[in-house]
Amino acid sequence: MGSIGQPLKRKEDHRFLTGRGKYTDDIVRPNQAYAYFVRSPYAHAKINGIDKAEAEKADGVVAIFTGADLEGIGGVPCGWQIHNKDGTPMAEPPHPALCTDKALFVGDEVAIVIAETKAQAKAAAQLVMVDYEPLPAVSSIKAAIAEGAPLVHADAANNRCFDWHLGEKDPVDAAFAKADHVVEMDVVNNRLVPNAMEPRSAICEYDPSSDMTTLWTTSQNPHLIRLLLGAFVLQIPEHKLRVIAPDVGGGFGSKIYLYAEETVVTWAARKLARPVKWTAERTESFQADAHGRDQIGHARLALDKDGNFLGLHIKNKANMGAYLSTFAPAVPTYLHGTLFAGVYKTPAIYVEVEAVFTNTAPVDAYRGAGRPEATYQLERLVDKAAAQLGMDKIELRRKNMIPKEAFPYQTPVALQYDTGDFIACLDLGLKSADWDGFEARREEAKKRGKLRGIGISTYLEACGIAPSALVGQLGARAGLYESATIRVHPTGSVTVFTGTHSHGQGHETAFAQIVADHFGVDFEAVDIQHGDTSQTAFGMGTYGSRSLAVGGSAIVKAADKVVAKGKKIAAHLLEASEADIEFEDGKFTVKGTDRSKTFGEVALTAYVPHNYPIEEVEPGLEETAFYDPKNFTYPGGCHICELEVDPETGMIEVCNITVADDVGRVINPMIVEGQIHGGVAQGVGQALYEGCIYDDDGQLLTGSYMNYTMPRAADLPMMTVGNHVTPCTHNPVGAKGVGEVGSIGVTPAVINAVVDALSPLGVKDIEMPATPQRVWAAIRAAQG
Amino acid sequence: MQVTITVNNRSITRDVEARTLLVDFIRGELALTGTHVGCDTSQCGACTVLVDGKSIKSCTMLAVEADGHEVSTIESLEKNGELHPMQAAFRECHGLQCGFCTPGMVMSTVDLLQNNANPSEPEIREWLEGNICRCTGYHNIVKAVQHCASGTKGA
Ligand code: FES
Ligand code: FES
Repeated sequence: MGSIGQPLKRKEDHRFLTGRGKYTDDIVRPNQAYAYFVRSPYAHAKINGIDKAEAEKADGVVAIFTGADLEGIGGVPCGWQIHNKDGTPMAEPPHPALCTDKALFVGDEVAIVIAETKAQAKAAAQLVMVDYEPLPAVSSIKAAIAEGAPLVHADAANNRCFDWHLGEKDPVDAAFAKADHVVEMDVVNNRLVPNAMEPRSAICEYDPSSDMTTLWTTSQNPHLIRLLLGAFVLQIPEHKLRVIAPDVGGGFGSKIYLYAEETVVTWAARKLARPVKWTAERTESFQADAHGRDQIGHARLALDKDGNFLGLHIKNKANMGAYLSTFAPAVPTYLHGTLFAGVYKTPAIYVEVEAVFTNTAPVDAYRGAGRPEATYQLERLVDKAAAQLGMDKIELRRKNMIPKEAFPYQTPVALQYDTGDFIACLDLGLKSADWDGFEARREEAKKRGKLRGIGISTYLEACGIAPSALVGQLGARAGLYESATIRVHPTGSVTVFTGTHSHGQGHETAFAQIVADHFGVDFEAVDIQHGDTSQTAFGMGTYGSRSLAVGGSAIVKAADKVVAKGKKIAAHLLEASEADIEFEDGKFTVKGTDRSKTFGEVALTAYVPHNYPIEEVEPGLEETAFYDPKNFTYPGGCHICELEVDPETGMIEVCNITVADDVGRVINPMIVEGQIHGGVAQGVGQALYEGCIYDDDGQLLTGSYMNYTMPRAADLPMMTVGNHVTPCTHNPVGAKGVGEVGSIGVTPAVINAVVDALSPLGVKDIEMPATPQRVWAAIRAAQG
Repeated sequence: MQVTITVNNRSITRDVEARTLLVDFIRGELALTGTHVGCDTSQCGACTVLVDGKSIKSCTMLAVEADGHEVSTIESLEKNGELHPMQAAFRECHGLQCGFCTPGMVMSTVDLLQNNANPSEPEIREWLEGNICRCTGYHNIVKAVQHCASGTKGA
């Protein structure tokens, strides 16, 4: 009995496997028109005028709107405000939904063309004549901060968005002053394109008779979209705006944000009183989805003569792109700077981050969001320290790790870790990867002419976001609790409404396992509903590995309320005092007796209240709970990568990936492993394959699958996933979150393995992605 | 132009514009939305269907080219309420997460096993060269295909 911990097959699979999933682009509304966006071909240009006369005459055109038509509506807002070192707020230039006088990146939305068919909209878009006056552009962090660089926004001097810091500088300076060794390195976190396989899409319908606007959209958080779009941009009251995120084909962060496209589609559908649909072509996804990573930085680590970490100084620069996306400022700051203690007891840490605007697509959270960047920097630095000090890289890590007796552990960078056992994860990882047997494998590979390397990363991340009061102090303009409503039906089956959103994570299954066990009902008797603002009380959605830790906790809270009410009803039925009623395995029992009522009997009584304590208890059995987390959660562990380099070609073959993670209590191990596999693939992608490149003029060179390398089946090995559980101490599920660990932990392990493989040749570092060309060049350079 | 295409064993005659892609015909005209569009450069494989039994990217073919041919989409695999063994294997092995690449993955690997009843792991990975999945890391997709192959062996 009990489904928690069982690898139950997923409830959602049948519809996906039979082609019955309902994604946004599958939705067809009567009389719908199609939208196509005219986008800037320049990274930076003044718009002197737009002539739409010709286009308006084209076949099937319904309407064409430009920025001038949108006058009076709000810009696309940013949801997080960071403050500079001096206490002043960040630069926050406006983001008009359609460009008005200037276009700021290639793909910036200039006009929307709406026609009877998609082909007609696209054809007419070619006829919209925009008089662009190209301006000099900055397409990288380095270009943006160069002396005399062109400004992306006139009111953001030096292209600076903010200049932020965390931790205390003086103790760090003191640590370096007394250090026996200082290890330092420059690190680049390459820019990535999230590439959920389902392109973004939106279809909006307005019903003038009820004044109701319904937007179906590819969103990870429909309530957040309703709030931002309704209250901040279009001034539609919440009760007149319904946002539905149906089946969504992956998000990885890119579908959190309010974008210009769904904003304009919604506005246009209301204006025309006609459904308007837009679906991105992949080229548009590359151009206009929020990108990820894109940081450069310098890290310095102070150590004593025995290799104990004394202090860490981080000085980073982050690219925000042309406009501030919804969560962008949080990514290189509170989701990043707070991570630099990692699994280590470094006593003094100081982090400085400068964020800049460039003429590129907005950059925001992508799977891991700030934490992969920090982890990569830290774990590369630790490997470098081991090499420089001539110490074993495992021993150096082990000796600096926070021991399990030290929890709760306060870091010098704001976080307080509740629990964990880093050494146990390390040992588990080393054992399952057969770390000790590696040298023999290296020798064997050598005989085949291959350079074999092994790399490790021991890491921790902070997720399950987040305590509302805390993030409010840090600049969030929203709370980060979650809601759940549990509706027990008269015969004891259950519908759960969650404010989180599942776009691959299997909530319909894992959440049902929690509820089934809580009530002692059959797993099949529980249904999970999500994604429709008209159904769920409220919700902050799914990102930051929060759904189980925060959303699942809201479900447990609501379930507790159901049981509490059930006890009152059962006490009445059993003629006992409420305090004497126990609930276990689906039965309300009078303590110490065999007198009991089943969950189903109590539910039926609640809806057929003939014999009922009607004075004290309302009929019905439905409860809503909001859960606000007390702390972040801290999953972590150890990732090991083994690979072989062909020195002739620079080609890398990843031989195996071993994961030993602690993600807290596991509800469905099959889903947990799947989440890790997917995250690892994206992490390996960053390390070896993926890189988004703009040329100096801001043209996107990697704008399709022809030139942006997505990891494919043949690029990845089978993975070994192990688990060492220490349950989260502060939420009722005990879960820590698993969505992002893969992409956070594995990337440095891969690069550490590449460097390990090449180290016999004298290579000390390699930039991501470690493409064959880069590896080949590094080998040649090292050989002189 | 008029085309007659047998889609999922049903003969369908329609007027289409010459430029209509097979995938748009399937999704738009026939409302068979299980076949997906994930890219505009014929590389993701989300649109994979069988044409005369062979896997084809339906974004790479015009509807008029399918005139007189047989097309099977993901909707045709389940028979009498029973999943096709490949669908069942994907479910069993958790070979899908968001489900967006899944119809293409299933149609493609159904074709793989028609060609090679017992493919090795590298052969499976090689075959999936034209299908991108962003969610699963391919691990469980490969396992699903192996699982299906072992189940159908000798059948
Ligand atoms: S949509 Fe056909 S290959 Fe991508
Ligand atoms: S399951 Fe989401 S892309 Fe494959």
